[in-house]
Amino acid sequence: MIAHALAALGRGALAALAGIGRIALYAGSGVAHLLRPPYYPREFLQALLQIGWLSLPVVGLTAVFTGAALALQIYAGSSRFSAESVVPSITAIGMVRELGPVLGGLMVAARVASSIAAEVGTMKVTEQIDALVTLSTHPMKYLTAPRLLAATLSVPILVGVGDIIGIMGGWMVGTGRLGFNSTTYLKNTWEYLEFWDVGSGLVKGAAFGFIIALMGCYYGMNSERGAQGVGRATKSAVVAASIAILAANYLLTEAFFSA
Amino acid sequence: MIELEGITKAFGKKQVLRGVNLSVGRGQSLVVIGGSGTGKSVLLKCILGLIQPDDGVIRLDGQDVREAPRDAFLARFGMLFQGGALFDSLPVWQNVAFRLLRGSLKRPRTEAREIALEKLRRVGLGEEVLDLFPAELSGGMQKRVSLARAIAAEPEVIFFDEPTTGLDPIMAGVINQLIREIVTEMGATAITITHDMTSVRAIADQVAMLHDGRVQWAGSIAEMDTTSDPYVQQFIHGRAEGPIAALR
Ligand SMILES: Nc1ncnc2c1ncn2[C@@H]1O[C@H](COP(=O)(O)OP(=O)(O)OP(=O)(O)O)[C@@H](O)[C@H]1O
Ligand SMILES: [Mg+2]
Repeated sequence: MIAHALAALGRGALAALAGIGRIALYAGSGVAHLLRPPYYPREFLQALLQIGWLSLPVVGLTAVFTGAALALQIYAGSSRFSAESVVPSITAIGMVRELGPVLGGLMVAARVASSIAAEVGTMKVTEQIDALVTLSTHPMKYLTAPRLLAATLSVPILVGVGDIIGIMGGWMVGTGRLGFNSTTYLKNTWEYLEFWDVGSGLVKGAAFGFIIALMGCYYGMNSERGAQGVGRATKSAVVAASIAILAANYLLTEAFFSA
Repeated sequence: MIELEGITKAFGKKQVLRGVNLSVGRGQSLVVIGGSGTGKSVLLKCILGLIQPDDGVIRLDGQDVREAPRDAFLARFGMLFQGGALFDSLPVWQNVAFRLLRGSLKRPRTEAREIALEKLRRVGLGEEVLDLFPAELSGGMQKRVSLARAIAAEPEVIFFDEPTTGLDPIMAGVINQLIREIVTEMGATAITITHDMTSVRAIADQVAMLHDGRVQWAGSIAEMDTTSDPYVQQFIHGRAEGPIAALR
């Protein structure tokens, strides 16, 4: 009984490791294709529009509510020590170092990893990927590489915009509800924010963007046949991207700040 | 020009091809017939390397295709997929001119559009479809756009997977004639899969019948009518009784 359970566990673990290995190989091949011509600028711009520009509303809304809630929580916490004046700076630091990139990344994962997986998966099951190959076009170069690049470049920008909007969210609550003076709030935010607080968040954003496009393309390309196959690919892409983002966030935070 | 030797392919437990031997000469038109699900489409995909055969050798001009440089190899081929396989994110003309807009055959967009229009005219479609998206076309129109895409770059070898299914008899006639012209005028080599005996007679120099994972019979179109092979007889006369089971 126990042996059975252990064997199942072992099989599961092995399968998971094999999966991670395949995704890593896929990522390597994607980057290699990105570096060598031919390049597809049209597809890149299209991906930039889809991934970056059209994600702005989602990321902005996420950031404004997160920043507002964060300011309320920090106010509640800091008032216990009569240290309410830290609200602006701690809100900003929490936003740019952690919540901006992570929540922004997760929202973009939900929006973009799913749509990439569904699009590429549909192309796979309707033989469009095969057709690409017969038209002398490498699917890795034409589909994967432009999306990887577009996501890696645009998610940090989204995070940056989200940071600003999130801080504005905190400022709105701070001045509207908590009785802060507007000028003092902004001054405190600006004065205590260090370059690397923001920079680390943007680097996280780039990593998350890469992960999002990678998972979307990988699961789409490996979609099984039929509508069910595409559905499964889409679901797997979002789950895998979200978990990978959270894991990468922890690892990057360790690497950046654990000195 | 193309030779297949002992090609086998299984999907899981299901053995689809069990040793296919076939050859097509340069400038010839081969038609492959056979029951639904016998692996005809899989066979074409094996030749193009879209599916890796489990065993066997495929040669193009005497060279093993696994050793040939992939890009140069693919540049010589055109393929019409059974399901059309048009790119639904691109308008019709960019589908047809796909090869002419990128890569080694790249040319100015206006010129590529002109060529796309000319190829579309050959499959009986006009200017009005150029800027439509594939999803806005009927099934038969999609098939013809796909056919135009397959011939757009004037490849040496063209595969047609059921070019006339879903077309009305007149349009089917137009397409049969087009395929024949491509072979006789442009000197292309063609492999066509079809279930339509009218098409077989219009297109074929040679006919091969696939059954049970092997080439059951192969010969010229004249031989097809006179052969006593019971499989071929059953197939061309569309009889329910015979050696080919109806339940597959
Ligand atoms: N990618 C695949 N994975 C699993 N099985 C497949 C795959 N492609 C084809 N098959 C199986 O191989 C068999 C042959 O398929 P194929 O599409 O070649 O048939 P066909 O001869 O072209 O039939 P039709 O005339 O109906 O188009 C079918 O049983 C199909 O289920
Ligand atoms: Mg078929």
